[in-house]
Parts: sequence; structure tokens; C-alpha cells
Amino acid sequence: MTRYLLRRLGLAVITLWILSVIVFFAGQVLPGDPGRAVLGPFASRSAVQALDHQLGVDRPLVVQYFSWVGGLLHGNFGTSYTFRSPVEPFIATALANSAKLAILALVVIIPLGIAGGVLAALYAGRPVDRAISLGGLAASTVPEFVSGVVLIIIFSVGLKLTQLNHLVLPVIPLVLILFGYIARMARAGTIEALDSDYARTATLKGLPRSIVIRRHILRNALLPTITVIATQTGYLIGGLVVVEQLFNYQGIGRLIWSAANGKDFPMLEAGVLTVGIVYMVATLIADVLYTVLNPRLRVGVSS
Amino acid sequence: MTAPPAEAAATPGQIAVAHGVAAPPAPWRLLLRKPTFLIGVAILLFWIACAIFGQAIAPHDPLAQSLLAKNSAPSGAHWFGTDSLGRDVLSRVIVGARDILLIAPLATLLGTVLGTVVGLIMGYIGGIVDTVLGRIVEAVLALPVVVVAFLFIVAVGPSSVTLIVVIGFIFTPLIARTVRTAVLVESQQDYLASARLLGERPGYIMLAEILPNVLPVIVVEFTVRLGYAIFAVATLSFLGFGVQQPTPDWGGDIAANYGLLGAGYWWEVLFAAMAIASLVMALNLVTDGIEQVISS
Repeated sequence: MTRYLLRRLGLAVITLWILSVIVFFAGQVLPGDPGRAVLGPFASRSAVQALDHQLGVDRPLVVQYFSWVGGLLHGNFGTSYTFRSPVEPFIATALANSAKLAILALVVIIPLGIAGGVLAALYAGRPVDRAISLGGLAASTVPEFVSGVVLIIIFSVGLKLTQLNHLVLPVIPLVLILFGYIARMARAGTIEALDSDYARTATLKGLPRSIVIRRHILRNALLPTITVIATQTGYLIGGLVVVEQLFNYQGIGRLIWSAANGKDFPMLEAGVLTVGIVYMVATLIADVLYTVLNPRLRVGVSS
Repeated sequence: MTAPPAEAAATPGQIAVAHGVAAPPAPWRLLLRKPTFLIGVAILLFWIACAIFGQAIAPHDPLAQSLLAKNSAPSGAHWFGTDSLGRDVLSRVIVGARDILLIAPLATLLGTVLGTVVGLIMGYIGGIVDTVLGRIVEAVLALPVVVVAFLFIVAVGPSSVTLIVVIGFIFTPLIARTVRTAVLVESQQDYLASARLLGERPGYIMLAEILPNVLPVIVVEFTVRLGYAIFAVATLSFLGFGVQQPTPDWGGDIAANYGLLGAGYWWEVLFAAMAIASLVMALNLVTDGIEQVISS
């Protein structure tokens, strides 16, 4: 178990390193120089050069990469071009705001998605199942800004409930997208468990159906669902970019968006890397939970 | 983002029924019997027609501004109303089908070709190549598609070509992963062992022996990714990193006009939103149909 965890952690660190390379070099292939981008087209050449030197962007790329990574390891994510101050406070505030939105979305969607999936599995092939499966599929394919705009039209323009714009409306598009995925996973897991030998044994030994479902089926059905929820965390952050933009919500997505628009590369790199770290931690937690909850894997992984 | 094996569990019953009937009909005939598939195809064809003949069908010039008739509600003259520059919304919705229906398939095609190549190499050659590529794939997958996309688009500058290349590159690892799994399954088959014993070269084995056998997987993957590509193009255009104004574009038009929703001008965004929703849903009905027929 310990060996598995160490191995898994090692892989996460390697992935994180590759991610830092991708993020850094993607951010550096920009045409033109940051000094010019910050000061604008009318600044003098010497002022641009002075700023480039001050920002350290006139050094070779590899040197810049190592000084950037060195900074990261000391908790120094860089200095914003736009605000001329360290990026960490901005990232921290934005992350906290986004977390509020994301957690609210997860709190709503996890029980809803699991309930929907289990219900669909129990009535597999019947109209209830078709409605949940097709409805979930349809909802998960419509981009967040489309459902978001329709929600604004219905609630703000139609019903004049503008106070919903702050936290309730932004959560709904995220919930709509994730419902389909989680319900699908829960449905597949439940159907597999319903077909299993242990479920049949439990039924044959005379346990009431409700107890079979609660004790034997749900516990096994929810295992794959945990993984999918963690995978969707990365997706959720992508969704946040759009939703925060649409509802003018000051979160990490909007921060990355405005950094991208303002060519504020240190902010952009730090924001994207933060998103990557959050996602990696979520996946790690999911893997560990999955292993802890599944006795078969607990033994199997040590080899 | 993975395709869940949800449908697999429901199929045994259907197979039993299918075998009860005389001879199993051809797969495409099965498709034509699915009403959801047919509805999807009909909507898709409608938008393709708009993309090709848009300029001819549109009642007005989608770029023509009329400052006297700006923000006017739907009426006989302008069925879908006009936007903040007085442009005809109906015409913009019709012509707006063009760019998204050009960019998304090309991006998906690029991703599918590259992903297939990488997946074949990872699955067939394996070993250290597989491990290294696998790490890179995982690193790219560790970020939301939209975030990776605009990291690159900001670096290169927005254009239709950038959009195609960026989305194609982002799809490459996703498709590679699926193809790799399919290749690993094929590697167990006897025909590969005999091909190797015959002394066939790895390149020939991958392209002539394995590729035809994993093609159904690739076709399904292509249709699924096409849906995501539409999603991504629309979203990036909404965020200002895709098709640029004043070119008519659903995502871009919504971005340009949603700020005026407070004033009650709902028609300026609702119809473009409906267009995107109907396109992605149609595509998913088609994909769902193809997937069900191939898996049964």
C-alpha cells in the first residue's frame, strides 16, 4: 500500500514537471516582447529594454525556466506584468472564490448524479432510464455559456430575479454538464453490481430488495463514480473559466482569462499551473480513495 | 471525458432479441430505423446547408449595419430582430454556421490522424516509448481543454488556422489513448504473431494489419470528438479566442451581445444559443446511434 502510494506520488511529480515545461514554453513562444506588451506601442525603445531587463525576460529561455521553477519551489510564482506585484495574493483570492462555486456545484451534483444513475439502472431499458440517460447526454453536450445565457434570459430578463446571478445561476450550467457524466458512471456501476453473483446470492438468501441495494449494490456501484468525479474536477475548472466570464465572477477562470487577454504571462502561467496542481491533487485523492475502498485493489497494487 | 462503458451492460438482451429474428440486417439499415439518429441527421443536414448556401438563403446581408434599426425586437422585417449594430440576427445565425462547421471537423480530423499515429506507436512498440509518451499525454490531459487552448492561442494569436491546430493538438493525446488501448487488445490476436513470424516490418504491420482492425474504434472516436470540437470552438469564440467579429459566429455573437441582456434584448443571444444547442445535440444523437450499432 505504502509502495503504491509512493509510486503514485512519484508519477504525479513527474507529470507536474512536464506540465511546468509545457506551460512555461507555451507562454514564451509569444511574438514580441513583454516590455512592449506592458508599456504599449508608444513607449520608447530604451524604456522597453529597461523593463525587459527588470522583468528578466532578456535572459536565455533555459535560464528563465530554471529561475521560474526555482521560484515556484520557494512558493514564488512570479511577478504580474500588469499589477507589478507578486501574483500569489491574486491567485489565492481567485482560487478561494472559484472553490466556493466549485464546491457548491459538487455538493449539488454528486447526490443528484448518483441518484439519477442508480434510478436509471434500476429501471434499465424503461422510459425512466431513457429519459435520464438521453436527458443527461443532451445536457452534458451543451456548452456552459449557452445554458448560462438561456438561464439569464429566463430568470433575469423573464422573471426579473437578478439577485440569483451571484451564486445560484452560475452553478446550474456546471451542474447540467456534470450530471450526464456522473449519472452514466453510476448507472453502469449499478447495472454491473445488479448482475453480480453476490447480488444474486444476497437476493436468494432472502434479503429484502432495499437492503440488497443499499448494502451490496450501492457500495460497489459507487467505486467507479468516485474516479469520474475526480476526473471531472479538471473539467469543472474549464467550465469555471466560461461561467465566471459570463456571470462576471472573480474566480481563477476569470483571472486566467484576463491574464491571457492582457498578455500577463507570469499570471497566466501561475494560474494555469495552479489549475494543473488542483487537478492532479484531485486525481491523486481519487486514486487513493478508490484503492482504500476496494479491497481487491488494496492487495493487487503492491505487485 | 472518457467514453463510459454504460451501453455495454444493456446490450446482451438486445443481442438475444436480434438473434431471434432471421438474419441480422446490415448496420446502416439498423441506423435508419432509429428515430433519434434520423432526427440528428436531419438537424445536422440543415446546418450544413446553412453553412454552404448561407449567403444565398439569408434574407439580409449579415454584416450590413443599420444604426436606425438597432436592438429592434423580432418583427415581420427581421424575424429574429436586430443586434446592437442593427444587423439582422436571422441572417447572422444562418451564416454563422459556416466557420464552426469548417473549423471543428478539420480540427477533429487533424487530431484523429495524429492521435492514431501516436496511439499505434504507443500500443505496438510499447516499452520506453509508451512510457514517455504516456507521461506527456497525462500532463496534457491534466489541464482543461479550454485552458490549454487559450494558453496556446494567446501565444500564437487567434485565427481559424490557430484554432484548428490547437484543438487538433489537444485531441491528439485523447485519441492516442483510445487507439493505444484498442491496439493492445489486437496485439493478443494470432494474426499479429503470424505477421511477425512472416518477417513483416513494424510499419507495415501497424498500417496494413492493425489499422483496419481498429478502424471502427477510430470512427466512433472521431464522431465523439467532433462533438467536443464544436463545443470547444463555440466556447473559445465566446471567450474571444476564436472566430473574430464582425464575422458572423454564434459564440462570438453571444459574447458581443450578452452584456445587453439587462436591457431586455433577449433575441440578440437566444437564437444563436439555440443554434449551438441544436447542433451539438444533433451531433450527439448521431454519435449515440453509430456507437450503439457498432457495439451491438
